Amino acid sequence: MRVLPPLLRRKPAVAVLMCVPLFALILGLVAYPFFHALFLATLNKAETAFVGLDNFSFLFGRQTFWMVVRQSLLFALVAVVFKALIGLAAAHAINTIPTKGQRKWRGMMLIPWVIPPALSTLGWWWLFEPTYSAINWGLTKLAVPAVPWLSDTFWARFSIILVNVWVGAPFFLIMYLAALKSIPGELYEAAEMDGAGPWQKFFHITLPMIRNIIAITTLFSIIVTLANFDIVRVLTQGGPLNTTHLFATYAFRVGIESGDIPLGAAVSLFMFPMLAILAFIILRNVRRRAASLA
Amino acid sequence: MGTKATASRRTFMKTAGATAVGALAAPYVKTAYSAGKLKLGLWDHWVPGANEALEQILTRWGENNGVEVTIDFITSIGNKLLLTAQAESRAGSGHDIYSHAFAMVPLFKHRLVAVDDVVEDILSSQGPIAEISRFSAFLDGAWRGSPSPTGTLSYPTVARRDLFLEHAGIDLTELFPASDSRDPAKIDGWDWEAFLQAAAGLHAAGRSFGAPLATTPDGSAWLAHLFASYGAAMVDEQGEVVVNSDAVREVLEYLIRIAEFMPNSVYAWDDASNNRWIISGEGGAIFNPPSAWAVAKRDNPDVARHIWHFDVPRGPAGRFRAFTSFFWGIWDFSENQSAARDLLRYVAEPEVVTQMLRASQGFDLPMIRSHYNHSQVWAEAEPPAGVLYNYAMLGDERTVFAGYPAPPEIGARIATQQILPTLAALVTQGGETINDAIGWAENELEGVLRG
Repeated sequence: MRVLPPLLRRKPAVAVLMCVPLFALILGLVAYPFFHALFLATLNKAETAFVGLDNFSFLFGRQTFWMVVRQSLLFALVAVVFKALIGLAAAHAINTIPTKGQRKWRGMMLIPWVIPPALSTLGWWWLFEPTYSAINWGLTKLAVPAVPWLSDTFWARFSIILVNVWVGAPFFLIMYLAALKSIPGELYEAAEMDGAGPWQKFFHITLPMIRNIIAITTLFSIIVTLANFDIVRVLTQGGPLNTTHLFATYAFRVGIESGDIPLGAAVSLFMFPMLAILAFIILRNVRRRAASLA
Repeated sequence: MGTKATASRRTFMKTAGATAVGALAAPYVKTAYSAGKLKLGLWDHWVPGANEALEQILTRWGENNGVEVTIDFITSIGNKLLLTAQAESRAGSGHDIYSHAFAMVPLFKHRLVAVDDVVEDILSSQGPIAEISRFSAFLDGAWRGSPSPTGTLSYPTVARRDLFLEHAGIDLTELFPASDSRDPAKIDGWDWEAFLQAAAGLHAAGRSFGAPLATTPDGSAWLAHLFASYGAAMVDEQGEVVVNSDAVREVLEYLIRIAEFMPNSVYAWDDASNNRWIISGEGGAIFNPPSAWAVAKRDNPDVARHIWHFDVPRGPAGRFRAFTSFFWGIWDFSENQSAARDLLRYVAEPEVVTQMLRASQGFDLPMIRSHYNHSQVWAEAEPPAGVLYNYAMLGDERTVFAGYPAPPEIGARIATQQILPTLAALVTQGGETINDAIGWAENELEGVLRG
């Protein structure tokens, strides 16, 4: 029988070795880009001189930038709320189906989430196409006026939120479904014996039991939704009138398309402190609740 | 020994001198054989068949010169040509030669090697280049790009002559004939007011004029010639913001009027939308190169046979046509600059330009004036006969691009940030007053000008 070298016989050493690929990935794909973005955000437009926080103070004087801030918050809040509600309702609906029939429903509901968003958004673009929208073709056949899906501010915002909800709701569904399945059935049986109705069971058993999952899922979704790029890029490119730009697409416009990389980096880093504080508060509460349950 | 050594030294000096004189007097020897590979990132042509023709030309050159040529055709839809250039310039790797539309040369000049020797050779043998092209690529005293055999284009008026005759009362073939017999006095009346009347007639007939008022290059292009014809600029030659002017107000007032006769979807159009608008038969007029006609010829011949290309309307400051020059530049990280320079010289030769003119069905406009003499492609294009005769500018039009007359680096950013279409949309769709919209533009231009 082969004997392992002494180093590999020590469990901590093996654990560290097995984590090396993960550390390398985090260093290469998270830490390095982040610090490089920080570095870029402190340079002048030609990237030849250190300017400190000048790029940020310059951004604060731009009307378009503040519009992007408002839009990003609106987009993230509305989309996350709808994703959470739809995800919760769908999870409940699937959870009530007998176990044998659940798999096909779970599979079908996950389809929007597993298709690459750039591809599925292209499909949506054909439906919303400014002049020859497939949806409008159907509407006009029904004698309903065509809707300016992408050329009017309200409808363009509606469209990008709709597609984001369509793509993102299955993530909530799968997380909530897993959480619902972890709730012991005895709790519901006891509640029923005490005469609790469906809403009482929902508010007094279900919600408290999946509260941590809701918090973590919401936090994750807020971060991902605020950082969304592909939906806006494919559907509206930030238009009309820059009214659908999010941080990522606006950073792309000023940084990549207009060649002002430092300003683009500053735009993309703007939300970082707020998201970091939000993540800290939510995760601290989750830890506390987990500790109290234990 | 000594005698022999002296003789040898003299012999050496004579031989060396003769060699040096011979080398100086010898014709230029191409050096493409010295390297094996060239990777090209080229603009993906709109016109069916043009890519294949260019690929054949380049492959043949590669075979004749012992260079392995690899070509990637990169679309300009979604700004992919610009994005790929940005990625390559920052990574310091990618293609050796890359296609640069006008705004890209100023943006990437720090990574493009000077090709003064190449361009000066081309100009000395083939004559002068269009001034607007020189303005785009001759930066800080050096040429950063050489004329591309494809891609250079202008934005004439493209309209349905049957609809213009029926609903606007204008016989386009008489006003802009496919011959040298145009009447300057009649054409002088072809101004933006006349265009407005025509647009109103087309709109009433359900065949509206359409042009993007969205953040897309075609949106900047047609607004560039509209603004220039009113003498309206964002930034002047000295780099001063001049958007707060009576001329800009006049253009915006005009845009408010003409937008009433355009479809609402123009606020979400991309560069392909105006093509689809006329190809589908739904639209009556657009501003575009002949790609829409070329595709209509294939996909909707009934529409193609009614299309006519002609001059842009005149404004108080003259008649302008948006013009986009395409250059091929050599990245400073190219490991095969010698072969790349040879190829740049080759593709600017009249025979290559003429072949590409034919392959692109007249879409590509040469930026060197003498190249116009080598082709009858615009005169021969059909159907209808003469459809492209006036695509090659024959009258009093001057060339312009978005951001002109600002210095190239500033003009490029005005174009890439799409300030013109957003300004236009603010007053025509956004409900902003003209003064508020101008205030927005001033705020945006501060970002363009910042150091």
